Amino acid sequence: MNAPQRSMRTPLGRVRAHGASGQGTGHFIGQRVSAIALVVLGLWFLAAVMLEMHNPGFVSAIDFLSAPVNAVGVILLVVAAFYHMRLGMQVIVEDYIAKPSTKAVLLLLNTLGLIALGAGAVFAVLIVNFGA
Amino acid sequence: MAGATRPQNRPLSPFLTVWRWHITMVASILHRVTGAVLYGGAVLLALWLLAVAAGPEAYAQVGWVLASPIGQIALYLLVASLAFHLANGIRHFVFDTGAGMKPVDADLTAWFAILFAIAAPIGLWALLSFGGLHR
Repeated sequence: MNAPQRSMRTPLGRVRAHGASGQGTGHFIGQRVSAIALVVLGLWFLAAVMLEMHNPGFVSAIDFLSAPVNAVGVILLVVAAFYHMRLGMQVIVEDYIAKPSTKAVLLLLNTLGLIALGAGAVFAVLIVNFGA
Repeated sequence: MAGATRPQNRPLSPFLTVWRWHITMVASILHRVTGAVLYGGAVLLALWLLAVAAGPEAYAQVGWVLASPIGQIALYLLVASLAFHLANGIRHFVFDTGAGMKPVDADLTAWFAILFAIAAPIGLWALLSFGGLHR
């Protein structure tokens, strides 16, 4: 600080990228919005499965997912849940994993793994409804 | 600080073992734990959907696991986790408005979320078994 350093960088340029990521508010809002969606979708899913799936067999599973309302509801549930839990697991990893490389790998897995599995789950509902 | 020797086993920040347990702390910890459990539950839900799409043979194995004692215990824990995370999540929505932060209120609602998590799976099981839903 006090030593006269010869540098073309401005004071602002030197401190940039050393503070908070600036994404906390987006995380907070996304987490709350998906939580509100999940209050509705989660309760609906429990009720719908209890009322409409008469047994845990294959045929009743197909019947359940073939109803348009159920298909859309399950897709929305998967998307909202996966988004919500990606945010939550991100915080857990950031809290407990200190090693930067391990943290980066786990955060990457959390994001990419859930996108892959979520895409698969949505596609599965579409296949049940529109055939392979 | 520069050049000073680092004392070994120096606590970096207080963690679980340091605190006297109280109910709002239990609720906070349970919220994270049940969130992690539900992460697993949502992965299972996705696998269930994939099994349905894959056809009767693949689904038969999933159905067998679900019907087994381990599957039934897992479902029970998932419903309990969902009940807690739901109740405590709504509790946090109330906290977001600035209400319910007094120790008496926070303790009471924490207890409610925990008792709700115990009661909800039992209630749903009773409803499914004796409620005459599937007649």
